[in-house]
Amino acid sequence: MKQLSTKVTSNAHGQDSSYFLGWEEYEKNPYDEIKNPNGIIQMGLAENQLCFDLIETWLAKNPDAAGLKKDGQSIFKELALFQDYHGLPEFKKALAEFMEEIRGNRVTFDPRKIVLAAGSTSANETLMFCLAEPGEAFLLPTPYYPGFDRDLKWRTGAEIVPIHCSSSNGFQITESALQQAYQQAQKLDLNVKGILVTNPSNPLGTMLTRRELNLLVDFITSKNIHLISDEIYSGTVFGFEQFVSVMDVLKDKKLENTEVSKRVHVVYSLSKDLGLPGFRVGAIYSNDEMVVSAATKMSSFGLVSSQTQYLLSALLSDKKFTGTYLNENKKRLKIRQRQLVSGLEAAGVTCLKSNAGLFCWVDMRHLLDTNTFEAELELWKKIVYEVKLNISPGSSCHCTEPGWFRVCFANMSEETLDLAMKRLKEYVESTDSNRLISKSSHERIKSLRKRTVSNWVFRVSWTDRVPDER
Amino acid sequence: MGSLIKSGGVSGAILSRIATNDQHGENSEYFDGWKAYDKDPFHLSRNPHGIIQMGLAENQLCLDLIKDWIKENPKASVCTPEGVYQFSDIANFQDYHGLKEFRQAIANFMGKARGGRVTFDPERIVMSGGATGANETIMFCLADPGDVFLVPSPYYAAFDRDLRWRTGVEIVPVHCSSSNNFKLTVEAVEWAYKKAVQSNKNVKGLLFTNPSNPLGTILDKDTLKNLVRFVTRNNIHLVVDEIYAATVFAGENFASVAEVVKDLDSSEVNVDLIHIVYSLSKDMGLPGFRVGIVYSYNDSVVSCARKMSSFGLVSSQTQFMLASMLSDDSFVDNFLMESSKRLGIRHGVFTLGLKKADINCLISTAGLFVWMDLRHLLRVRNSFESEIELWHIIIDKVKLNVSPGSSFQCTEPGWFRVCFANMDDDTLHVALRRIQDFVSKNSNKTAEKASDNDKLIQNNNAKKQKWKQSNLRLSFRRLYEDGLSSPGIMSPHSPLLRT
Repeated sequence: MKQLSTKVTSNAHGQDSSYFLGWEEYEKNPYDEIKNPNGIIQMGLAENQLCFDLIETWLAKNPDAAGLKKDGQSIFKELALFQDYHGLPEFKKALAEFMEEIRGNRVTFDPRKIVLAAGSTSANETLMFCLAEPGEAFLLPTPYYPGFDRDLKWRTGAEIVPIHCSSSNGFQITESALQQAYQQAQKLDLNVKGILVTNPSNPLGTMLTRRELNLLVDFITSKNIHLISDEIYSGTVFGFEQFVSVMDVLKDKKLENTEVSKRVHVVYSLSKDLGLPGFRVGAIYSNDEMVVSAATKMSSFGLVSSQTQYLLSALLSDKKFTGTYLNENKKRLKIRQRQLVSGLEAAGVTCLKSNAGLFCWVDMRHLLDTNTFEAELELWKKIVYEVKLNISPGSSCHCTEPGWFRVCFANMSEETLDLAMKRLKEYVESTDSNRLISKSSHERIKSLRKRTVSNWVFRVSWTDRVPDER
Repeated sequence: MGSLIKSGGVSGAILSRIATNDQHGENSEYFDGWKAYDKDPFHLSRNPHGIIQMGLAENQLCLDLIKDWIKENPKASVCTPEGVYQFSDIANFQDYHGLKEFRQAIANFMGKARGGRVTFDPERIVMSGGATGANETIMFCLADPGDVFLVPSPYYAAFDRDLRWRTGVEIVPVHCSSSNNFKLTVEAVEWAYKKAVQSNKNVKGLLFTNPSNPLGTILDKDTLKNLVRFVTRNNIHLVVDEIYAATVFAGENFASVAEVVKDLDSSEVNVDLIHIVYSLSKDMGLPGFRVGIVYSYNDSVVSCARKMSSFGLVSSQTQFMLASMLSDDSFVDNFLMESSKRLGIRHGVFTLGLKKADINCLISTAGLFVWMDLRHLLRVRNSFESEIELWHIIIDKVKLNVSPGSSFQCTEPGWFRVCFANMDDDTLHVALRRIQDFVSKNSNKTAEKASDNDKLIQNNNAKKQKWKQSNLRLSFRRLYEDGLSSPGIMSPHSPLLRT
């Protein structure tokens, strides 16, 4: 008799993928400015380390929250005993308001429709348990966050069917790609329960355009399926455009309080916007009472620590803090992203034009020996072991085109980023000097840049007119 | 309650079966007591006639010690001026291995809670979302949908949710009875195992809580050894939920399955089959902090459970604080000693008070509750209907929320779990007084009304005892006939978690 469950022996947790192997290499030889200056620089981790000082300053000014006190009185006992899966009401209220603030207060979030979870990892899994039977499928645009294979499929038994997006249009979702994915699922005899998107996108760093959002809402309406919008990066938008949430689109299409709105669910977390992944704060927002009810019960398996809820309810209720924080966060992310982009350019490398997220989607197709995933993996190994940068290969994100890499920029100091770019430049130059630096490769780079610019123009034409950021 | 078909939907937007079935167990009538409590909660000064909550297995007896420690150790918090220099590193830390210092501190605490008779390997400590998360995770690791775990009854009501709901695993109870004080025997397990296998069930293992919830009893070491031998012989798993390990009253003995693993020869125990679930919710009284632990002697299970812990990691803020607290040996030693002392005293006061009302409890040496014998008060012996009726009387007339044995799958009507560690001394005395008043009032009133229906008794002592009991039954009968209504409409409040 088989001793352990099939989940133990399957690799549906996805952790044999290169995404995680790069981490392992990094663990063995991590860069440290002083102690290990030749170590591997971690650029595969989408963390936001740019604004801790703001939170630390707030903590210094707010000893009550820090000391588990309310109005000077200790509430330790109440917090120690508080395990109600409805969550601390003050916290949910503050979280709802924070989510509204991120969306320019254009839409409202009802705290009673929020379900807390242990990070968005848990939130996404819980939603799958609520919406899909084992063997049913969700459509996801590629490239997508590698952790979804684990979060959405592993213990739930749900399936993912990719919506293939390509560089030809900046990896935007098209109607034909959607239809194709839906049909593919049917060919595989999989019942499609919904679509899940991350907006802003991981790994692309771009926001879904209104056109794409409208397309998605129309599609789920016609097919009578769900739409999950993981908006974990909503507070990392640093471009001139504002973030358009699926909730904005529901409002603009006058679909609020309709049956369709019950099938649109938002996932959120404080891991990226506030840079607090250790605190495990995730949330599901749903207009469907049954989903809220079931997910609330399921949250028993991963509640947010009460001391964390209390601390964050105080932090997020301070509107002066949240306003300042969101602005400063944007500013610093923008500067840091620019630093990465220029550094890449100096190495003759371009990336997808982005205005959100903690990473860039970098185009290294011209560095591949052949246009294959084997070549991508070879290049990746060189970058990890020789250039000593841990970045994430596009194949780990299920990208259909070899040569793209996700490179994070918000989890290190300016100096470290500088060093990383230097290393990359040296590597590219040394490989280039082994081939002839011909005019044609210069032209290739120029034309790539031009294509990227025209993608940008294509994208911009659907939104408000904005100046070219470059 | 089947799945809902949304308007116009064919397949599409239906929710999953899990989302729409009742397998979470929260629609059961057993939450009536909670709802009544929510509507009329006792408070010593503000609502002295309200319902006293005795259905919640919380440990509130030693929170003062923890509170004081936190006050004296501001560095243990990443938010205080003394500790904030660690804030960014800790807030950023989401490694599912957990903070090393945290794992070491937990291993240290677990060892001390077992009298230092065993040590735990920090590398085998895996985090989870409370014991709730730990139990579910271990099921995901050991069993596939449709597989079976044997669970001795009476058992913690929420196991139906934790072990079965999302995992698809089935529970087959191993019924224990009062005839031998509800002791779990190897014979009973063997019998249940054979029966399950004969009905073509795929039995993956045995799971039980030790010390027991709801019984408060500790399994003797010999039986534990024999159970370990049994699972090894049959190649099935053993999961022991030791969440109440440190609630053992002062002076009593608790043998963890870890000790047995240490003592037995490798030919008698296949350690790959042995797993422990733990938590700080009961021993330390910190259910809000969500600290659950999966501890397995099986490397594959440790590895898998660790990956799964992503779905319920302990907040790094909490890990950091507890790492500091639980590596403070003088604090831990004092805490464990004080806690078991206070629990023992509280248990003694409560059971003595109950005796004055001629109410007996199963003899227990651990836990945050007693297993109370009210069989003599049932209107109709051996009737679960009578148990529920009696339960409603206790809620409505005695104004105590207690948990009826049937909610723990007990096969004999008339037993109730009553918690004693979630209130202060004054409240406990109010509860005892209410019980004593109620019992004496009703036996006095009906002193003249001895019914012919009473059975005759053999000797004088028994006669006196039985007379009191039968009169009590009579008095309850009158209450039954008074037309007791059930405690009102279902309130929208949800019950607190750990019953």
